Amino acid sequence: MSERFASVEDVTDQLAAQGYLASPSVATTVFLADRLDKPLLVEGPAGVGKTELARAVAQATGAGLVRLQCYEGVDEARALYEWNHAKQLLRITSGRGETWDATRDDIFTDEFLLARPLLQAIRSEDPSTLLIDEVDKADLEIEGLLLEVLSDYAITVPELGTLTARHAPFTVLTSNATRELSEALRRRCLFLHIDFPEPDLEERIVRSRVPGVDDTLATSLVRVVNALRRIDLRKAPSVSESIDWARTLLALGAESLDEAVVDETLGVLLKHTDDVARARKHLQLDEADVRR
Amino acid sequence: MTDRVSTSDSGAGSLPGRLVAMVEALRGHGMVVGTSETVDAAQVMGVLTLADRDLLREGLAAALIRRTGQRRVFDAVFDVYFPAAVGARTSVREDGADDGTASPTARPRGVDDVRDDLVEALAQGGREALEDVAAAAVDALGAIQAGSGPGAAGAGWSARQTLEQLRPQTAIVRALAQRGSTAGFGERLDRDEVRRDVERFRELVQTEASRRTAEVRGRDRVAKYAVRPDASQVEFLAASREQVLELRRTVQPLARRLATRLSARRRRRNRGQVDIRRTLRRSMSYGGVPLNPVFEHRRKARPELVLLCDTSGSVAGFAGFTMLLVQALRDQFSKVRVFAFVNHTDEVTELVTGGEADPAALAERIAANANVAPWHASSDYGRALRSFVTRYGAVIGPRTSVLILGDARANHLDPDLDALRDIVGRARRTFWLNPEHESRWGLGDSVAPAYAQIVDMHECRTVDQLSGVVGRLLPV
Repeated sequence: MSERFASVEDVTDQLAAQGYLASPSVATTVFLADRLDKPLLVEGPAGVGKTELARAVAQATGAGLVRLQCYEGVDEARALYEWNHAKQLLRITSGRGETWDATRDDIFTDEFLLARPLLQAIRSEDPSTLLIDEVDKADLEIEGLLLEVLSDYAITVPELGTLTARHAPFTVLTSNATRELSEALRRRCLFLHIDFPEPDLEERIVRSRVPGVDDTLATSLVRVVNALRRIDLRKAPSVSESIDWARTLLALGAESLDEAVVDETLGVLLKHTDDVARARKHLQLDEADVRR
Repeated sequence: MTDRVSTSDSGAGSLPGRLVAMVEALRGHGMVVGTSETVDAAQVMGVLTLADRDLLREGLAAALIRRTGQRRVFDAVFDVYFPAAVGARTSVREDGADDGTASPTARPRGVDDVRDDLVEALAQGGREALEDVAAAAVDALGAIQAGSGPGAAGAGWSARQTLEQLRPQTAIVRALAQRGSTAGFGERLDRDEVRRDVERFRELVQTEASRRTAEVRGRDRVAKYAVRPDASQVEFLAASREQVLELRRTVQPLARRLATRLSARRRRRNRGQVDIRRTLRRSMSYGGVPLNPVFEHRRKARPELVLLCDTSGSVAGFAGFTMLLVQALRDQFSKVRVFAFVNHTDEVTELVTGGEADPAALAERIAANANVAPWHASSDYGRALRSFVTRYGAVIGPRTSVLILGDARANHLDPDLDALRDIVGRARRTFWLNPEHESRWGLGDSVAPAYAQIVDMHECRTVDQLSGVVGRLLPV
């Protein structure tokens, strides 16, 4: 069994060294995924750092990141492996005098196999981290393919036999829950829901990502963002929006948050016009306009 | 942060026994937890020590939870089976003074003392301070003495009694004053935060009370009744105000999932002509022999949807939710029209779509702007259906699917089956979604069985059932 991390605190420290500030639930689950050798299924709103987590784990453990970006219609040939047909044809035509047996044995070898992300991660000589991004975008059939990889870390190529991983890769699957994933897939994974972070954690994230922001600005910024998350919005601002906002405020040279500044820069946080309207109403920015 | 899990009390027996009992309780609340998950959870307990309760909670959550919405149920059940302590809390946090003098529970306390503590905690805004106050509050105010003194059967700890005496909302103003926030923007943020903390405090009191009660009455009983069900399993007709709000928050994610499901079905169905380019490209694998033809997707006209909703008091929550859901799904259909009725039918499409999409006020907007009950306030299905047919009959065409929402309680008036037959005859498909339990159809003034003979009637008591019906039935 591979042991990449010594303890939960070790996870927190090592991820922090890579610039990823993990909440206790993230750190605990990463630690367990490592110890139990199980893939990690991460769900949560967009922009809370699901993909970033995989990247940070890869950097912290010094393992290469292999990424499979899922999309509608991604298939076996894109995810697992593909035979290099053109090269096989060349091989057949160049070996004119050969017997059929020799050719047949030769064209189904490693040389003609194009490894796609999943196979790459399985066959990697060095420890690797496998990121299967937005698995909910892929069709249901692909989940079937993933099952063998996720439970045994093995891939069966009919012509070559079963290839088993030398090092079980640390596997992270992310999902935005646009589609229900199958029970079979869920059962093979540890589940982690990353939600918006607690205010003080978010404050630390903003400060570490945008070093120029001073403490009081970061505090009040996070408070406004949290206030906005509590009202019914079509798209609640997430951590990446907080960071963008901090950058914007820094660029504008704002030293503290007041109605005018918030009003001008609300567009960075909220992406829909009716959200902006609702937020203005909630924070009572309109009345401030009248008073001025 | 580092409460130890107390394992010293008798009752549930060994640790594996307690884990299994907890899994049973989770299943009782509709979570699918298989044996393999339970084994995972046991492994988690082996890897993590029991020393840190918060870590154990996260670890078990990773192993037992399978989808996003289940966390709240899990937390509540976890608190019952793995309580932070047994009996009144005597531990003092952080400051480490174990002589007992600083402990909030060491001296007897009155309502005012506890409220002072609450004000203090709210003003500082820390979660742990709130937890301490909640524990102290339940200890001081929540005890119910039944029969002959504490520990007797029927005794317990009541969150409701605690909150009614303490009235935490009265602490808001004082806490705000203590925060000393500057007027204007900062003050509004403060007010917002304090309100949220009060909500949180109520939940903490609830948790604490069920923990204490679990000790007196046994865990299984408390786990069964004290844990609020998941939003997707709440019955529309029995939903409380908070639950309705919670339901509303699930509309957007649910609509997105349904949209994916509908478009997947549409894709599978629309097989058209052979796509020459992609077929040739794929044939490379077989030396140019096109074994696997690729088909073009045929773009079909999208179906039209007509929603006909009973918006009378008894089923308004269900109708409102479904209207919002259908509205969120509108790009899946070429046209969506929404009609509301109590005893007269009027079109409300504009009101549901309306720019100022404030879902909370939907019911009032309909009542104020649409003519749904011109004569009296009770529902009359026969009349409403007849007025729909005469006024809007032309809306229904051969491509239209009609969804009728209502409990089919006709107040002993004429159900006018012919009007319904007329609608069914014109539409491509017609479904009736009934928020009542199937066993109650036909009892009292319900004419559901009569309508069900004409139209496909489906029971739709919870969000789960509704999403199943919408995802499965709607033509694509």
